[in-house]
Amino acid sequence: MRAVLRRTALAFALSLAFLSASGTILGQQPPLTVLSSNARRAIATTTVNEQEYVGLDDLAGMFQLTVREEALGMLAVTYKGKTILLTLDQPLGSVGGRVISLPAPTIRSNRRWLVPVDFIGRALALVYDAKITLRRPSRLVIVGDLRVPRVQMRYDAAGAAGRLTIDATPRAASTITQDGDQLLVKFDADAVDLVNPSAPLAGAAAQGLIQSVRVAEPVTVAFTTGPRFGAFKVSSQVSDTSMRQTIDISPATPSSPALSEPVDAARGESKGLPGLSSLASGGAAAMIRTIAIDPGHGGDDEGARGADGTKEKDVTLAVARKLKAALESKLGVRVLMTRDEDKSVAINDRTAVANNGKADVFISLHANASWRPALSGATISTARFEHQAEQAARSLAPELVPAIGGAARTIEFVPWDVAQIPHLEQSAALARVIEEQLHDRVPLAMTPIDAAPLRVLEPANMPAVLIEMGYLTNASQEKQLAGADFQNTFVQALVDAVMKFRDAMGAR
Amino acid sequence: MTRGRVLAIAVAVAAAAIVVTAIVTVAVRRRAAPRQATAGATTAPAVAPAPGRKIKARLYYVSLDGTKLTAVDREVAYGDGTAAQAREIVNAQLAPIAAPLVSAIPPGTTLRALYLNDKGEAYVDLSRDAAMAHTGGTRDELLTIYSIVNALTSNLPAVTSVQILVDGKEVDTLAGHIDLRKPLEKNLAISDP
Repeated sequence: MRAVLRRTALAFALSLAFLSASGTILGQQPPLTVLSSNARRAIATTTVNEQEYVGLDDLAGMFQLTVREEALGMLAVTYKGKTILLTLDQPLGSVGGRVISLPAPTIRSNRRWLVPVDFIGRALALVYDAKITLRRPSRLVIVGDLRVPRVQMRYDAAGAAGRLTIDATPRAASTITQDGDQLLVKFDADAVDLVNPSAPLAGAAAQGLIQSVRVAEPVTVAFTTGPRFGAFKVSSQVSDTSMRQTIDISPATPSSPALSEPVDAARGESKGLPGLSSLASGGAAAMIRTIAIDPGHGGDDEGARGADGTKEKDVTLAVARKLKAALESKLGVRVLMTRDEDKSVAINDRTAVANNGKADVFISLHANASWRPALSGATISTARFEHQAEQAARSLAPELVPAIGGAARTIEFVPWDVAQIPHLEQSAALARVIEEQLHDRVPLAMTPIDAAPLRVLEPANMPAVLIEMGYLTNASQEKQLAGADFQNTFVQALVDAVMKFRDAMGAR
Repeated sequence: MTRGRVLAIAVAVAAAAIVVTAIVTVAVRRRAAPRQATAGATTAPAVAPAPGRKIKARLYYVSLDGTKLTAVDREVAYGDGTAAQAREIVNAQLAPIAAPLVSAIPPGTTLRALYLNDKGEAYVDLSRDAAMAHTGGTRDELLTIYSIVNALTSNLPAVTSVQILVDGKEVDTLAGHIDLRKPLEKNLAISDP
């Protein structure tokens, strides 16, 4: 009984830690931060029916809007003569005749009109003079052409030392200085968007090298060093779109006699390392060394085709080549391609490239088609198995087989056709991260994530997704898919997603 | 008659006997084969059904937003026995449909054959148009496949799963995405209601 209580308490504590780390406690979200060239303001949000809303009166005050109730259940939001019409009770609106969809209807609560937070990016951004960008994961609203790089971190432990990698995208230079127990990284930007800061540093906290991290207003990221912090060395690497700072941290004293404490901290038993230790589960970040990219179709198999003649096989190959170059240069990973020319490749051979090359992630790229030409938006799919196949595969036990020299060893048999089954949860996590990164950058389908019996994913022995980048049967999407702008945006989002996925795996 | 001629005649007679035996064996096998293939499927009706007799069946078409299937109840020709009824349902599902409904079946697709086994698995053999005339979209591929799988499994309780063949052969996929190597079960998540 006591053990059960202890387990329940531990589960409760862990779920609290998870919720506070991800910032998704229902009903009480931190405010959004509105950044403009001369101000930094907070705007409160309210959660109703699991949907996050913002008050139209708050937006009106901040963006000089007028709000007027119209007849026939409409609400008019006007900015300098331009009007957004919102249909009450429906998740719809229109701007200059263009229909916009919102995740939920406009509602009235305590005599205030509330609109879903996405109203800012999907409607307000269309009428406002300056550019408005909503970055939901980091809860930022950026007004104007501000330089607000996304700053992502990764930490790899190596013995008692460690390496902290900081990527700023778009590229922003930074200087690194030490001030007492603070290691300060100051960016040449208007603000910084620090993505998921705590989780990647769990390993550093466990080693006693770095205790915590915070954004010291407005453009400095401050790391509080730990009791074992000794010295650091910085090297920089610049690419077209991002800048990487690599900080090698060495411990103050030979560490061999004092390993037990950090190990305990790594198990979640806090040894006075606030903030990070409760999230820790292991030392070094999980490694993604190899990524397999599968440009769908090829050769005689053209795949889908747009009305203007754009072929799926060409779009997938163009994006795959760009993605390979970006992943290699930005993440330093090995990238395998199932084809790098216009040739036909059997489906099994595609997955075999990933399995035989021991890829850590498999991404199959496609472009969609529909009998309904209006359909548009990207989808990310994972594999789905018939119930019986899944049950059978999960019940396969490892077998003890004789080894050379008379000994025996346990071998886990992985049936080719169902190799994906043990990875389904991680594949779903990868799909969610990709959706999050694509969200504000490219059009997404109404239901962007789904699962289907996808032939190319079923044998994949690693987290695997199939991405349909958009619909070639939709005239405007055909133009987008064939163009460099859309392809580059898509590639950047995928690179960011892989980085995020790697960090999330490292924090597990 | 020399010994050589006697031997030649004996060899010729033996050869003729072998040829006749082989022809008879093949003929018997051919006659037996159709019976085996259709066992459990169609049996000749004792009384022919009234011409023009219809039943109501649920068929599936592309939803307005293009992402799902919409179920529509329609009249379908009566078939005597599960396999015969299954053929009528698939033929009705393959038939062109008037707007505003949109068919998820590539134009020109016909049913080459359909048979059932005793495990309730239906094998639906479609003409090659099913693959050649497909739009090539993953979603459309799902809709094509499950319009047939759901039409059979929703209307015929004896059919528990469906495997689609193309041009008489088992295929990996229809348009490069969805695994068709095994019979698929009903998927109501893809259809409204």
